[in-house]
Amino acid sequence: MPPTRSDDLDADGEPMSGVTIAPTQATVHGEGAGPPARVPLDFEIVPRKGLIGVAVAFVALIVAIAANKLWPLMFLHVAGGAAWTVLDLFLGFVIGPILGRLSSPARIELVTRLMPKMVIILPTVVTISLAAGWQLGTKLGYVLSGSPSHGWLVASFIVVGVMAVVALGLLEPANIAVLIELKKPQPRPEVIESLIKRFSYSAGITGAMQIATLVIMTRLASG
Amino acid sequence: MSATTTVHAPLDEPGLPPVTQIGMASLALIVAGGIYLSAHLPEHVPLTPAVILLALSALLLAGNLAALSRVHGFAWGRFFQVARRAMLAYAITAGLIEFAFLEDHLSGGPLVVLTLSLVIYAVHVPMLIGFTVARYELSAPAPS
Repeated sequence: MPPTRSDDLDADGEPMSGVTIAPTQATVHGEGAGPPARVPLDFEIVPRKGLIGVAVAFVALIVAIAANKLWPLMFLHVAGGAAWTVLDLFLGFVIGPILGRLSSPARIELVTRLMPKMVIILPTVVTISLAAGWQLGTKLGYVLSGSPSHGWLVASFIVVGVMAVVALGLLEPANIAVLIELKKPQPRPEVIESLIKRFSYSAGITGAMQIATLVIMTRLASG
Repeated sequence: MSATTTVHAPLDEPGLPPVTQIGMASLALIVAGGIYLSAHLPEHVPLTPAVILLALSALLLAGNLAALSRVHGFAWGRFFQVARRAMLAYAITAGLIEFAFLEDHLSGGPLVVLTLSLVIYAVHVPMLIGFTVARYELSAPAPS
């Protein structure tokens, strides 16, 4: 196998855009017959325009926590939590299985469009949901150990804790790694397959845990 | 421009320590400590269990860094390139969570334990991301 240059970065240390990839293992390794079908890849691993939205959301979170008013906290917790839950369920049970059945070029096309958005959306909605939720729980008294709903709240801590460990330890690193692999001049299909599989399984686990979150949160909201 | 070339590491590199598994165990320990403290608020919380969990988590982080530093030919350039940026992002999210703790007038031992837990979170998660990216490249000296 020919060595791949590690300096596939531009002068700013950014991965180069516009690299090409042979979509099948045979063409990547030069073992296939016929000319390789190359798909130009031009995408940002972290979409910079999206960072503006992230900054706005975080400023809103800081203001809501500092003001400590019920509606802004409720809005951010419910909106962030709903987005987190829906994304996890959708990725785990809809997109994940579809991703596994797509052809390599289609999978790469979907991954390069979907995953950069997930790199910024998921950590943002998770942070907003957790920080606003903590503040809301304190304001409403659910955090206090004497509250009748305290047991449900502790159950939600445990579920969120398991999801956080899976998401932070497996899902997010796989998400970043697959995008960086795809940026290389000679990405390896077996690496991409392995990372996408890890991403899909992790998303499935967090999706299943989100069902528990739905049960707990609706129980808490019902009093 | 780098003076090294990169040879691809095999998918299941036998020489690599179990960084991801140890990292997840470390994160699980600080999450458990955080849940323990949060579950007892606002009563007086015996800090010993949380401190033990935090210390074990910190030990796993130190062990993970030590084990990784002994890997020959690891793609440190790629590792630091990714981990540095991830650390900036995770430091921001840790800061926001810390802000929520401070706004709730959390203080004393529980605040110290939770703050140190956030520090471990903000170091270990970027390390896991950097490792996952860099493990598929092994830097070797360029042939002369």
